Amino acid sequence: MSILVIAEHDNTALNHGTLNAVTAAAKMGGDIHVLVAGQNAGSVAAAAAKITGVSKVIHADDAAYAHPLAENLANLIAHVGKNYTHVVAPASFFGKNVMPRAAALMDTVQISDIVAVESPDTFVRPIYAGNALETVQASGTPLVVTVRPTAFDAATEGGSAAIEPRAATGDTGLSAFVGQELTKSERPDLQTAKIVISGGRGLGSGENYEKYIIPLADKLGAATGASRAAVDAGYVPNDYQVGQTGKIVAPQLYIAVGISGAIQHLAGMKDSKVIVAINKDGEAPIFQVADYGLVADLFEALPALEKALG
Amino acid sequence: MKILVPVKRVIDAYVSIRVKADHSGVETANVKMSMNPFCEIAVEEAVRLKEAGKASEIIVVSAGSAAVQETMRTAMAMGADRGIHIQTEEEIDPLTMAKLLKAVAQKEQPGLILAGKQAIDGESNQTGQMLAGLLGWAQGTFASKIVLDGDSALVTREIDGGLETLKLKMPCVITTDLRLNEPRYAALPNIMKAKKKPLDTITPADLGVAVQNRIKVLKVVEPPKRKAGVKVASVEELVAKLKTEAKVI
Ligand SMILES: Cc1cc2nc3c(=O)[nH]c(=O)nc-3n(C[C@H](O)[C@H](O)[C@H](O)COP(=O)(O)OP(=O)(O)OC[C@H]3O[C@@H](n4cnc5c(N)ncnc54)[C@H](O)[C@@H]3O)c2cc1C
Ligand SMILES: Nc1ncnc2c1ncn2[C@@H]1O[C@H](COP(=O)(O)O)[C@@H](O)[C@H]1O
Repeated sequence: MSILVIAEHDNTALNHGTLNAVTAAAKMGGDIHVLVAGQNAGSVAAAAAKITGVSKVIHADDAAYAHPLAENLANLIAHVGKNYTHVVAPASFFGKNVMPRAAALMDTVQISDIVAVESPDTFVRPIYAGNALETVQASGTPLVVTVRPTAFDAATEGGSAAIEPRAATGDTGLSAFVGQELTKSERPDLQTAKIVISGGRGLGSGENYEKYIIPLADKLGAATGASRAAVDAGYVPNDYQVGQTGKIVAPQLYIAVGISGAIQHLAGMKDSKVIVAINKDGEAPIFQVADYGLVADLFEALPALEKALG
Repeated sequence: MKILVPVKRVIDAYVSIRVKADHSGVETANVKMSMNPFCEIAVEEAVRLKEAGKASEIIVVSAGSAAVQETMRTAMAMGADRGIHIQTEEEIDPLTMAKLLKAVAQKEQPGLILAGKQAIDGESNQTGQMLAGLLGWAQGTFASKIVLDGDSALVTREIDGGLETLKLKMPCVITTDLRLNEPRYAALPNIMKAKKKPLDTITPADLGVAVQNRIKVLKVVEPPKRKAGVKVASVEELVAKLKTEAKVI
């Protein structure tokens, strides 16, 4: 039995979710190989080779992988992956995009967004916005599995796997990268931060998000998130969205400000260790999951909080 | 150009679901059902493309029991022209769903397939990508903007770090994200008109696809509940608790 983990990266650094995927793979049992497909991504291959538990890194370096285009990547993953029992990736927007395509090319099923491994073919995953957990048993090989990063610890550094170059499977010419608009931020990454502070519709505007959430985030060294309503209204960019169909976070401390606590939002943050809610409506559902609830007007509470933190 | 839109009937997004006592699944009897919200966005986008003169016909497809016809009528009331109902009582995995849609696509030859990015019940987020792979077409997932330009589609996608724009060769498969559009409500006259639009019922066998489910649900349970917390009276009390009780700051 051997398992192929697909590395997520930006050609420079390995994305953290890959480390969580390796831990999940280790629970499935077997030798773990990591596939790094990129352009000039030698530093990523080197980082992957250092992950504890990884016995081989397969490195495909080609212009076709300069950007993670699903059409090119899925062909490579299917080509390399068909010899494995499992092909695993983080359930990030990257993994969600490419893995089902690769599974279909291998005529095999995918089990999405697992939070536990019961046995090599049996997994637990949330459904209905996390309101139910299903245990599923899948048949076929390889099994394609995407992993919810927050449900597994990150694999540590300590290995020294061999790096084996692999020929590219070519450019399909079906899609081309045109451009990207990445959100710039000096603050910690939403998915790995110890503290996350999120703002919702209660903030009323993007200016207020800047004025009330940002200084507090800076003081706490926190990452910044938002509800769908705040993103839809244009207060903050799309990649701030926490929830069922946005990002899943599980920090030590999650502070929800002006967020009502719809099930779709809770789905993305209710596994946080400590939850704080600040909302002027004492009946807001967010208080049902909050360890500490403060019923207050955020425009008064946040400046006071910033001050109290010294 | 034809646009094919697969739509799924799901428990309404705002219903609080109940896990069955025997842990076999989720209670669906007497529960409000609706079109999957991401499919609604797909239908809306297709209708807008047709209104802009970029498409000639919109075909909605849904697999499931006879009840899914109601969901397809909703899509027709929004502006879809006809429907194909794939009759099946069985649970189908996304790979089988993609195979069914591939067979429909080969018959209908659409220039574009617009699907939801994810069904909010099973949350697989797979079907569109699998379908694109099986057809050998380009894919644009999690779209927040679509511009059709001759034989290519410019798709802006929501990704982990922000937005990305890709140029896709057509025909292609695009899956919708929340910010693509705001679906319209169907007006009463259109609901009446939708009842008369053509809706064919076929079986997976008609499409030459064997219904398979390689993902067996062993058990469905409720997630562990968070224990109720406390309300604090002031910002000072909150800070004190976070420092000394929770020890997270
Ligand atoms: C298919 C689908 C997917 C979805 N995915 C997501 C998702 O991934 N993430 C997500 O977040 N949502 C998602 N949603 C949307 C979700 O259902 C809610 O609509 C959304 O989370 C509401 O955002 P909100 O809490 O900011 O806004 P609201 O529900 O409007 O709540 C605003 C809150 O702010 C409080 N408030 C107002 N003024 C103040 C003040 N001055 N001081 C303090 N409090 C104040 C109010 O009391 C209220 O509780 C999804 C919905 C659907 C249908
Ligand atoms: N039974 C179904 N009938 C029609 N379309 C479906 C069905 N199941 C899934 N789809 C389509 O595939 C999308 C993604 O679903 P999923 O991969 O199950 O999350 C949905 O938004 C629909 O567009």
